[in-house]
Amino acid sequence: MGMEFNKETFRKDFTFKNSAKAIKRFPFPFYEDSYMYSVNMEPHVPGPKGSVFEPMFDVDEHYVAEMQDRAMVLAEDPLRCQSLPHMTLAGWDLLELIMESKARDYPEWFELHKDGHNWHWINRPLGIDQKFTFLDESTLPYGPMEYITRQSQGDFTLQDQRDDNLWIEAGMVTTQADWSLDFDIGMSFHEWHAPVPRAHELGVFDRALKFLLKLQHGAPVRRFNWTLTVDPLLDTSPENYPKWGPMRADISPENVGERMYLRVELQTLHRLPRSNAIAFPIRCYLIRFDDLVTVPKWGRRLHRVLRDIPEDLATYKGFLRNRDSLVKWLSQYDDGAPTSTGWMAD
Amino acid sequence: MSVKAPRISVTVAEVVEVNPLIKRFRFVRSDGQPMPPFSGGAHIVVEMDDHGTRRLNPYSLMSVPEDSSGYSISVRRDDTGRGGSLYLHQQVKPGMAMEIGYPVNLFSLDQRAKKHLMIAGGIGITPFISQMAQLTSLGGRFELHYSVRNRELGAYVDELKALYGDRIHLYFDDEGDKIDLDRLLAGQSFGTHLYVCGPKGMISWVRSTADAAGWPKGTVHSEEFLAPPVGQPFTVELAQSKKSITVGATQSLLEAMEAANVDAPYLCRGGACGQCETDVVRCDGHIEHNDHWLSDEQKASNRKIMPCVSRFGGTTLVLDR
Amino acid sequence: MRSRPVYGELTPRPGSGHLFVADGEGAEAILDLFQKAGAQASSLLEKSHIIYMPGPNGTDFGARLEALGAAQYHRSPSFASAQSRLKKVLADAHMGLQIYLAGTEGLMGQAQRDVIEAGLPHEAVQTEHRGSTVRRVQCVHCKGITENVRTDPIKCSHCGLHLFVRDHYSRRLAAFQGVNIDAEDPGQVPAAVERFK
Repeated sequence: MGMEFNKETFRKDFTFKNSAKAIKRFPFPFYEDSYMYSVNMEPHVPGPKGSVFEPMFDVDEHYVAEMQDRAMVLAEDPLRCQSLPHMTLAGWDLLELIMESKARDYPEWFELHKDGHNWHWINRPLGIDQKFTFLDESTLPYGPMEYITRQSQGDFTLQDQRDDNLWIEAGMVTTQADWSLDFDIGMSFHEWHAPVPRAHELGVFDRALKFLLKLQHGAPVRRFNWTLTVDPLLDTSPENYPKWGPMRADISPENVGERMYLRVELQTLHRLPRSNAIAFPIRCYLIRFDDLVTVPKWGRRLHRVLRDIPEDLATYKGFLRNRDSLVKWLSQYDDGAPTSTGWMAD
Repeated sequence: MSVKAPRISVTVAEVVEVNPLIKRFRFVRSDGQPMPPFSGGAHIVVEMDDHGTRRLNPYSLMSVPEDSSGYSISVRRDDTGRGGSLYLHQQVKPGMAMEIGYPVNLFSLDQRAKKHLMIAGGIGITPFISQMAQLTSLGGRFELHYSVRNRELGAYVDELKALYGDRIHLYFDDEGDKIDLDRLLAGQSFGTHLYVCGPKGMISWVRSTADAAGWPKGTVHSEEFLAPPVGQPFTVELAQSKKSITVGATQSLLEAMEAANVDAPYLCRGGACGQCETDVVRCDGHIEHNDHWLSDEQKASNRKIMPCVSRFGGTTLVLDR
Repeated sequence: MRSRPVYGELTPRPGSGHLFVADGEGAEAILDLFQKAGAQASSLLEKSHIIYMPGPNGTDFGARLEALGAAQYHRSPSFASAQSRLKKVLADAHMGLQIYLAGTEGLMGQAQRDVIEAGLPHEAVQTEHRGSTVRRVQCVHCKGITENVRTDPIKCSHCGLHLFVRDHYSRRLAAFQGVNIDAEDPGQVPAAVERFK
């Protein structure tokens, strides 16, 4: 495949940039011209060639830079990666799932060789060559979940299942939409979703939990979530809110196209075999408004979605103060033409 | 909304008569690939073509969870049942091709437990065999109390004793042995979890004794699969698919729906997991709710039915399928 | 807010022993429980261990609790000073021990955390909220805990940031979440309002 990995940053000088190819395959999350919470889960089966759905875990041009950013976040704040003691086995399950998937989907970059429990893992983009014993923590430099998620784009949480509930009890969270793993770890499904407006009343979490409790190994599912971010900052954590919060006050109609980003989470859910836990990878994709409106359907639709979204959702997603500027800027790209249903560009 | 896992094509590698009532079956993948690992306490659904009747019965896995070379189950022959166990005992031979589902766990270990106290009755031993194997590799503390009718029918007692020694406590009914449950429960240190699998009476005895001894609900776990009961044939209308089907005497409603190519989700097929819960559109008659899933109020309302184990008697039953 | 704990009313439950931890007005929840127990009260007391400390508002009903005549009664000046005793009792305990917590949210949350660590599911613990509604608040930025929070916003007692006190609650931290209120507009801090007493 021979992809070049971008040399870019997600902080300070923000040199992050999507190539034309990355813009074309961007997972635009709005199926129609309006948005409301729903369970919206579908089987995570391989999608069209070149799409972000093609592999189990997408590896794109931002891979190496994202992993460098993660290492910086962890050096500043090790609490972003935590695993309660009983979740180690789930961490091994996750390590196996990611290593097998990547070695299968990207053989030119990743290799996994197994001889019983003696495993050999090669990650060429990051220059890693690791021999270790599966299920033996002493043979890896980090715990299994931390080890593999330092090499995988997106955040990850692991949910234990018991008493007909899911409990978020391990995670690697450095590219999050303003929630704190350190605070939420140990909570039940409804507890960690407690701050989300409307969805509880709509019954979304009741239905989602019921569905996930029956999730089967071998049958992963996926859904989208989204928010908006000023500048391509991956780490919009509550921990660092005093550092990035002021950036929201910088937005004006003049710089919307350049500094506003649509932030899309491709969330997948996988039943893990040995632990019976559920892995929840939350993969974050960023796209600058200027780039997004190069696809006419996306520009029209994002304008309509942001214009009509209820105020409490805009508040929760953190863009209420800038909504008028965003909608005004986007309106230039909405000629009122009808849009087709679905995510694909017209 | 449900997403079904793929099925696994397997070959019967071994059939072993464990005792006069129990046979053990070993399945390996027909494509030569490794089996998925699983968690202790998981079950698989085995698909059988019993002379034109498609049966899908759940059985606990009893092999070592990390052993990807194959899966083992033990099946107790039920001479008065619907025929699934008889089919396995009489028809299934080494070399036969069969289909199984991915493992599903409705009886998983609570990994937070400081110790796992297990109580098994008869064929209820099977999920504990895989759980103990998994705990051994993870370094977990456990203790098993296993009650059987007599020495001849004590499946795997010698093997378990050889593997786990003093951690296995055996009780033979015909020798007058009885688990001194009050004493056993009173001695357990804080953080112990209790698991029970066996006949219905044993499960309710263990649950009520633990409750009276002050064990919190979240520390007591049980698994009981119900075999779908036999009964009178009955007719059901399926509103969405616009079909009318007849459920045979030894067939479950779920099986009759599947035979009519009506998709209904399932996981346990034994009234425990809730996956096949179906809305009742109209009910003129009496639903025999045989499940553990619906609440008493839901059962009384006749607005829901679990097609895997429940039956109907009356004039009209219309379901939202 | 679905993460906010729901407290109940202490009720005697069958068990091999009964451990009570309470502060301030929580003493009255225990007194009420023994009142409710009626004829069973004396057999319950024979297996009871009460750990008590004054509330953050100074309420001290220790004498009334001690007069109940439990098998063990211990008064501590604070939760911090009672904690090693609590942990020892839990380490020695057997399944069947019933746990009852009463008083302020901060006390119940911290005691519950020790019970969970000792191996009991959190929902196995009975709780009853009495007395002060002051909160324990974790600053999500510096991770410091500010005790006995009465107003919203507050100034973090560790890093000095002005924090909005959310209803989002962490059982593991036994604390509510505090989030910087003037991050987007530094210096624009609303006047503090007394929300918790």
